[in-house]
Amino acid sequence: MSRTGDDIKQGASGLPAPSFESAAFTTPPRLADATVAILTSASLHHPDQPDFGPADTSFRVLDPDRRDYVLGHWSQDVDQTGFGIDYNVVFPIDRLREMEADGRIGKVADVHLAYAGNQFDVAGIRMDSGPEGAKLLRDAGVDVVLLTPV
Amino acid sequence: MSTLAHVLEEEGLATISLGIIEGQLRSTVPPRGLFVDFPLGRPLGHPADAAFQQRVLDQAFSLLESTEPVIEAFPEPIHDDGQVLACTIPPTDDPDAHPAVAEARGLRAAYNRTVANTDGRVGAHRVVEPDDVPAAIESFIRVAEGTPWKEAGIPGIPARVAQDIRGYYEAAAMALTDHTPAAFEATRWFLRETEAGATILAAREQMKADGVKQPIWQFLVTEQF
Repeated sequence: MSRTGDDIKQGASGLPAPSFESAAFTTPPRLADATVAILTSASLHHPDQPDFGPADTSFRVLDPDRRDYVLGHWSQDVDQTGFGIDYNVVFPIDRLREMEADGRIGKVADVHLAYAGNQFDVAGIRMDSGPEGAKLLRDAGVDVVLLTPV
Repeated sequence: MSTLAHVLEEEGLATISLGIIEGQLRSTVPPRGLFVDFPLGRPLGHPADAAFQQRVLDQAFSLLESTEPVIEAFPEPIHDDGQVLACTIPPTDDPDAHPAVAEARGLRAAYNRTVANTDGRVGAHRVVEPDDVPAAIESFIRVAEGTPWKEAGIPGIPARVAQDIRGYYEAAAMALTDHTPAAFEATRWFLRETEAGATILAAREQMKADGVKQPIWQFLVTEQF
């Protein structure tokens, strides 16, 4: 039977998801004063960084001034041509630069992060690599994080 | 994705999560979420359409004005209508090679053109170099013909190798068409119209029939495309 990408999304919609007893809610500064980073779960990395392995819960630091981003995601259910045509469709760094130039955001962060999505056991991200990435962003002066899937 | 949103908020960072799969976005209850009904792989919607992408970001960042958790939906969905890319595969003068191998060699010039125009973001780059794609296809031919997959010379984890072959073909296709492919348009072309796609599908079926563990064959390709 032939399926479309819409069917695949529908099938994934009912997969079990981690639950959270309470949700922290951080009040940001004014967007025009905020330093903004992107965190993507598309397994992006630069060619000189290690590829993501299966069930890899580590992260890679992305340089916003480079353009050699590699899509390391393992799922075959993900379109890859859109990213090839325009990396902003996953990692909208050029759009953030435009917003920075217009004064709509304060600053584009110097560091951005990539994790591997499509994980069934997120304990490692929740307990280890997630807090580690958060500290790295906080130390870089980040206030707001845009999370993009793939 | 929303797991990370919760972790970051606990560490004092304000987050906005884009979510392509509505059920997952809503069930994980991120502090601020924007459901974007777009194809997987394109969370900002349309490639090379800065105005569209900016509309997505405008709505996403507007969620920061909320004083309590909020999830909204972006009002311009993009649906996958099942298109198959139409492109002509260059003929090759390689009568002694398997058709899939000859096909891959014939696509190399087109592949090179795309890679040169995309900073290497697409193509074969995970475990198989482009020069080695024909040999990787040969390994799947052997599997399809009955050689046990561990003895067929697949140059890496089978799913990753298949992903590189698919990437090689999709990159080549991008140079052979005159428009920006819709999501999965090139994937369907690879699986339905090419010898290499047929080879990997046949190898997948053979592995399944041989009783190979499901994750090994299942993730070679999404056969239903």
